[in-house]
Amino acid sequence: MPDSIENISIQLKVNGKSYSRIVEPRKLLVEFLREDLDLTGTHVGCDTTYCGACTVLMNGKAVKSCTMFAVQADGADILTVEGLEKNAELHPIQKAFGDCYGLQCGYCTPGLMLSALQLLSQNQQPSEKEMRKAIAGNTCRCTGYQNILKAIQVAAQNMKGA
Amino acid sequence: MYPRAFHYHRANSLKEAAAMLADLGDDAKLLAGGQSLIPLMKLRFASPAHLLDLNFIFGTSYIKEDEGNIRFGPLTRHAEIEASAAAGKVPILHDCAAGIADVQVRNRGTIGGSLAEADPSGDWATVLSTLSTEVRCLGTSGERAVNLAEFIKDAYTTALAHDELVSEVVVKLPPKESGGAYLAFKRSAPVYPTASAAVQLTMDGDVCRDAAIALGCVGLTPIRAKHAEAALRGQAITEKTVVRAMEAARNAADPQPDMRGSADYKRTLVGALVKRAIQIAARRARGEQVELSHIYS
Repeated sequence: MPDSIENISIQLKVNGKSYSRIVEPRKLLVEFLREDLDLTGTHVGCDTTYCGACTVLMNGKAVKSCTMFAVQADGADILTVEGLEKNAELHPIQKAFGDCYGLQCGYCTPGLMLSALQLLSQNQQPSEKEMRKAIAGNTCRCTGYQNILKAIQVAAQNMKGA
Repeated sequence: MYPRAFHYHRANSLKEAAAMLADLGDDAKLLAGGQSLIPLMKLRFASPAHLLDLNFIFGTSYIKEDEGNIRFGPLTRHAEIEASAAAGKVPILHDCAAGIADVQVRNRGTIGGSLAEADPSGDWATVLSTLSTEVRCLGTSGERAVNLAEFIKDAYTTALAHDELVSEVVVKLPPKESGGAYLAFKRSAPVYPTASAAVQLTMDGDVCRDAAIALGCVGLTPIRAKHAEAALRGQAITEKTVVRAMEAARNAADPQPDMRGSADYKRTLVGALVKRAIQIAARRARGEQVELSHIYS
């Protein structure tokens, strides 16, 4: 192991708030969010770039935060599930997941909602195929996905003109 | 999971990155999209002492068309290629970019990283070996162009010297009346394919003027199925010629049995993929729009 690892100073925005922190280079973005910023809504599922429970948006794009180092998010704009609600109002995607029973245990839900958000910010009227493709990187072991697809569709309708 | 501790570096230019590689020595790795390297580091299959991050270098992500070539910046993300005009023009590029893993991985993973990793299950090397592709390699002593077939030496082994990096990927635009298709079979989106087939045809009316067929995940490197190509060249694409090419492709495959399937299974599978890919490539060469997505079990 190399000795005297130099820690790195990073600045980034998370959910609109600016942070300056010093991190060890090997610290993963998901662990930085959970441990350093106490934003535990982003989950660690498989930890092997498969399940998507750790999905966050980086500069508007969905990424698996277990497959990025925190130092790589230097200068970036990160959105986690905690940043979805505004003025104590749930985001339309959050509402739709609740209304449509788009979750059971809820572990995968933060990641799924952020994948859905990337989709809906690029495509206001996605087809079922496009929705399926958008969440192909998010594993849910409870729902069988049907209600998740319903939720995304309802969210799409509710977000139109919003 | 934490990787072993490493020193983190950033370069301001590709040239500087090459110089830093020369300085840091063998125990340094480049970080591009990181979608293979970071998982490998977390599992401690790879434990570089130095990680050199290329992501902060300006101007490394681009898709340009000039003089009959498409030029890809080394850090061009799969998602950018998926959405590009170039991919609209050359459908096999779209098949490849849009089919790699999932949205999240495509947002990060890069074409240069995929080629430099030379994973036998990677998609780009298989697809690009059916097109005329040059990999530009930048080192401390200058830049050189290496034909893709010579660039990929073996599993996880390329022609890159330790102080060299991929600086550009140059793909020749296929001639008119060409069509291609890339088809992979996967258990689910985020995993590597069990087998894949890339087919690029150039037609002269009903007759196949030229064919390039590459097989993925069934050898240590992408395999050009030369006998399968010969079975199509100069022939009309009929059930008979397609079956002949399919059989030749099966024989060209050299699969390893693993948790994804036995060698026999993969051989049969890759034949079926070649057959379908030829049929779609031929339709596209006629100007048909054929939407294609990978097959999931």
